[in-house]
This record gives sequence, C-alpha cells and structure tokens, in this order.
Amino acid sequence: MKIHEYQAKEILAKYGIPVPRGGVASTPAEAGRIAAELGGVVVIKAQVYAGGRGKGGGIKTAQSPVEAEKLASQIIGMRLVTHQTSAEGVPVDKVLVEDEGAIARELYLGIVIDSGKGLPVIMASEAGGMDIEEVAAKTPEKILKEYIDPMIGFQPFVGRRLAFGLNMEAEQIRPMGQLIGNVFRVFKEQDASLVEINPLVVTSDGGLLALDAKLNLDDNALFRHRDYAELRDPTQEDELDLEAAKHNLSYIRLDGDVGCMVNGAGLAMATMDIIKLIGAEPANFLDVGGGASEEMVTNAFILLLSDPKVKAALVNIFGGILRCDIVARGMIEASKQKEIKVPIVVRMRGTNVEEGMRLLAESGLPIILANDLKDAAEKVVTARGGAG
Amino acid sequence: MSILVDENTKLLVQGITGSEGSFHTKRCMAYGTRVVAGVTPGKGGTSFDGVPVFNEVERAVKETGANASMIFVPPAFAADAILEAADAGIPLVVCITDGIPTLDMVTVLSYLERKSISLIGPNCPGVISPGKCMVGLMPGDIHMPGSVGVVSRSGTLTYEAVAQLTEQGIGQSTCIGVGGDPLIGTTFVDVLKLFEKDAETRLVVLIGEIGGTAEQDAAEFIKGMTKHVVAFVSGSTAPPGRRMGHAGAIITGSSGTAAEKIEALRSAGATIASSPAEIGLVARKVFRT
Repeated sequence: MKIHEYQAKEILAKYGIPVPRGGVASTPAEAGRIAAELGGVVVIKAQVYAGGRGKGGGIKTAQSPVEAEKLASQIIGMRLVTHQTSAEGVPVDKVLVEDEGAIARELYLGIVIDSGKGLPVIMASEAGGMDIEEVAAKTPEKILKEYIDPMIGFQPFVGRRLAFGLNMEAEQIRPMGQLIGNVFRVFKEQDASLVEINPLVVTSDGGLLALDAKLNLDDNALFRHRDYAELRDPTQEDELDLEAAKHNLSYIRLDGDVGCMVNGAGLAMATMDIIKLIGAEPANFLDVGGGASEEMVTNAFILLLSDPKVKAALVNIFGGILRCDIVARGMIEASKQKEIKVPIVVRMRGTNVEEGMRLLAESGLPIILANDLKDAAEKVVTARGGAG
Repeated sequence: MSILVDENTKLLVQGITGSEGSFHTKRCMAYGTRVVAGVTPGKGGTSFDGVPVFNEVERAVKETGANASMIFVPPAFAADAILEAADAGIPLVVCITDGIPTLDMVTVLSYLERKSISLIGPNCPGVISPGKCMVGLMPGDIHMPGSVGVVSRSGTLTYEAVAQLTEQGIGQSTCIGVGGDPLIGTTFVDVLKLFEKDAETRLVVLIGEIGGTAEQDAAEFIKGMTKHVVAFVSGSTAPPGRRMGHAGAIITGSSGTAAEKIEALRSAGATIASSPAEIGLVARKVFRT
C-alpha cells in the first residue's frame, strides 16, 4: 500500500526524524496561507502516489504567498502525467507547501527487504536526489549497504559505519547514526516494505532534513495497523482496481483488448502471455484466486465485462480447490446482472468439469468452448477479429 | 525414490480443525498420505477423522513421531506456527498460508537458518510425490508416478504443466510449489540440488515467473547439473511495478523481467518452452532424446 509524501513525513516526524516546516493544502487559498506563515521561498509539491513529479510539472517554487497561491491553483485539479503514471495521469487533490531550506549536500537513504538474503537492507549514498535505480545500475560502488540481522536488530555501530561511509563531518556522525536508527524503527514498527528519503539533505547550518519521503506499507501486515485504512486515498487508484480490491480479487488493467479471467496468479500471467503469442494484447490480469466462491467469480466476471476496451474474453480455469461448476454458476449469475456483449471463450478442466460445462451449455449464454490452453487462446483471438 | 516426501512421511497438520485445514487434510488422507497428528491449540485430546489432535506441536511429535508438518494457520499466526514446528525439530515444514507479513518471514528464515529444517512456502500449493504422498492442495489425480521432477513458484500453472506431462505419458517423481512470496524457505536452487541427487529423477521442469532473481540463481546452478532442465517463465506481458497476484511477482528493475530470466536459463543450457501450452510437448521431446 502506498501513501502520500505528506503522510509519510507525518509518520517520520513522530519518530523524531526532522522534516521541512510546512503544511498540506487542498485549495490555492490554503496554500497561500501556509506560504505566508512559513515566510520566504516555498516549494509546492503535488501529492500523488507516482514518482517523477518534478518533470511532470508537479513541483514548483514560489517566491511569495501570492505566487504560491497562483502556482497551487495550477497544480491542484490538474492530472499529473509522469513516467510512472498512465497517459491519462493521476488527479492532484492536495499540495504540500514547504519551506525551501538551504541545502548543502543531498544524500540518499532507503530501507527495503533484500529477498535474496531474506533480510532488511539499509542503503545509503552520497548520490542523493537522483534516481537510485540508475545509480545502482551505473555506479553500484556509490551505494553503501548494511544488512540487519533480526536476531540483534539495528545496532548503533551500523549507523556509525554508514555515517562515516557518507563522509559526514565529525559532529554529524552521531545525529546521522541516530536518524538512520530512527528510520529503521519506522520500517520495522510500521511494517513498511519501503522507506526512502531521497534526498536526505544536510542543510547549510549542518542540520539533517528529510526533504522528500516515500513510505510503502506491507499489504500483508495491514491487519495489525488498523489506522492505515484512513491513509488510503482512493482518488489515486484506478476505479476498476478499487472495485477488484473490494471483492478480494487481484486485477490489473492493461492496454490490450482481450480480457481474461483465470484462477491462480501464475496461470493468469501465462494466459496473458499466450494471448500475446497468438498475436493479440491482453486487456487485464485477473486472478479469482485458488479457492474462490461463486460470489467472487460473479464479481470477477462482472468486472471483466465492465471494461469497455474488451472485445473478447477468455475464461481459463484449472479446477482444483475451485470447482468448475462454481465458476459456471458464478458466470451465469453475472450474466443476469450484466449483459454479455462480447464473445466469451471458456476453457475449463479439473474438478467437476463436466457439471460446469453442462451448466454453461444449458444456460444458453453465447459461449465458445475450448479444449486446451492453445485452442482457447486461438479461439479468443479469432473471436476478437484476428491477430494484430 | 523421490524427494522431500514419500511413503515414510508421517504428517502432522497445524490448523487441522479449521475449514481449509480439515478439507485439505481429508484430501491428502484420501490420496494415501499418512496423517498421524493434528495440532489446534485448545482442541488437544480430541480427534479428527481418527487422527489425534494435540495442543502443541512438541507433544504431537513426541507421541506420534511426525516427521513433516503442513500448516493451514491464518496469516497473523502462521509465522508462530512455523517457528513452533521448527522448535519441535520437524525436518520438513510445508506452509500453505498466503499473506504472512514480510517482516515475520524475516524472523522465521533467520531462525530456520540456524536449524537444519526445510521450509516449503509460504503461499504455496505444497509437495507431492505421485503415488506415494501428497502434502498440499493440488489435485492429486492429474499426477502420475514417473521420473520428471517439477518445481514452480505457482499453483494452478503447475497443475497445468503437470497435466500436460501426464497427457504426454510422462510421470513425475516429485512436484514442488516453492511459493509466490518474495521471502520463501526452500528455493529453486535447493530443490534443483535435491533433484540432481535423486536417482529416480531424470529430467526437471522448472516454472518461474517475473520478480526477484530466483530464476537467475537457478540458472547459475543449472550450468553445473548433469540432468537436463526444461523451463517456462510466465509474465512476459506483465507491466513493470505492478504486483501480479503473488507478492513476489513484481518487476522492479530489469533483472525481474521474464526476458532476462528466460535468457539466463537458456544460456545456462535449459530448454525453454516459449508457450505455456507447450511445456508438456517440449518436455517429451527432451525426455525422449
């Protein structure tokens, strides 16, 4: 789960990590007021989940409260397009107005789980303010890494080693070590999957400041952080994605026009792949899950039928725990709630396949049956009007 | 022979009285698996389908000699269940549970490293040695005893591949789903090592997917293997930065893409099935040569 920069900074501040003075505004007038309170030059930052905001025109500097209000009026309400968003971009409802501050050095600090080692890794670099993936690819030696053993947790020496590695001034070693320790506490106590401060700046008077902040939370740990529900901003997510999440379905919209509904993530990806191999583009990833109920199948099928881009759809079910008759019943129920306007190819096998096929045949629904995966993919691509 | 589970496996089920646990335990028993004990805290002293239920794993192991555990405990309590099984010294733990917090798994893996215990999963379909023993939730009847080892990060895609093998008349020694999470116990490399040593296994089918570097690690090991590997990697059409169902199936950086994984496996000498519909066919061609 992603949260906004201003929310991430509020959490960091609770752990004693210094963040710039500022406030969040939903209207240009509010932005102007915050700028007046701060005094001096301020930075107006669009609050969206996507990165690359600066290049997309989502971050601007204002010399006065009047200018702040004017710039905020341009940013609030815009659809921000960055390299991380779709072509339509994401809506901007809020801006963060912050004191510009005097920057002496820009550093990078991030914590993620290294899945290869199975451990949290703290990464720090003097190449702050840049795309860290690019730094990692081109100059990996510029990134310091410290793995944290869960049996001893974060120890002060790790913070010192990183601080010395970043060539901090003598009097900054202690505060930097403490800051890194606090960021690790955020990572652990908040069940984060990513904490990133980029840049972490050294101000001209020698202080440390988290100028930008990104905090992603582990979806699997939401049950022990009930308060996260309030942090969620549905305007930042695709409507169909949200609808899917509500029904516990795993759904991702893509650019093609051949829809698919599959049980299991691996098989769902493989189904998308074979659609592409036959010469068409998948419209979505949709996994109803291993043990879906009839209701889940109904919701999933309605979701699939609700995408106006879809010209034909493929239902690929390998029944195990999920019985084919349940899938058939779910599809028939869905067709009562949402008219089927596109050709549907169904390939089923496994548990109760005969019963599932019989139900579909008797339903009178315009369904094309397929024998196996290849046959199904060929039939759905033909049904959409051929390859290309 | 086969790997990990066979006719000598004495299975304990943690969470045996839950709805999923009871359903799948019955299916495993129907397949022929020897289920010797169940554990549900608070239900010790009762029995499930003739299987004694205990409050604690340690006690269950002492009284029944269980040597493998299958875990069907909800995600909030699953890490604790794995640690309890490990603490009791059960050498093979198969954790089916999906949705365990990542930091819980950090603690679990760190503890398991200090013990000689194999964890399969979490978020996996389990392990089956066809005709001998099934520990998991796969449909047993699509399998056939034989000499192809199957290892995969997926569930239903593994069933698809196994069904294709069986249709081609190619049986399996053992099929393992290692799980779709970013942090798992037994890895592709661990399983490949076991297949390489297993006298019965003659060919390995490996099914990977986007995200992480497990396929590249496997490719490094395959270079030194005497047995041939057929591989399929799903997710060529997956967009970067989106989690495709499995927590681990997300492309971050180029190493996570299907194209890089396929290239690594191909240059390590594996035969690539380019279509998911042709895994069985490709395996048969390689198997017959």
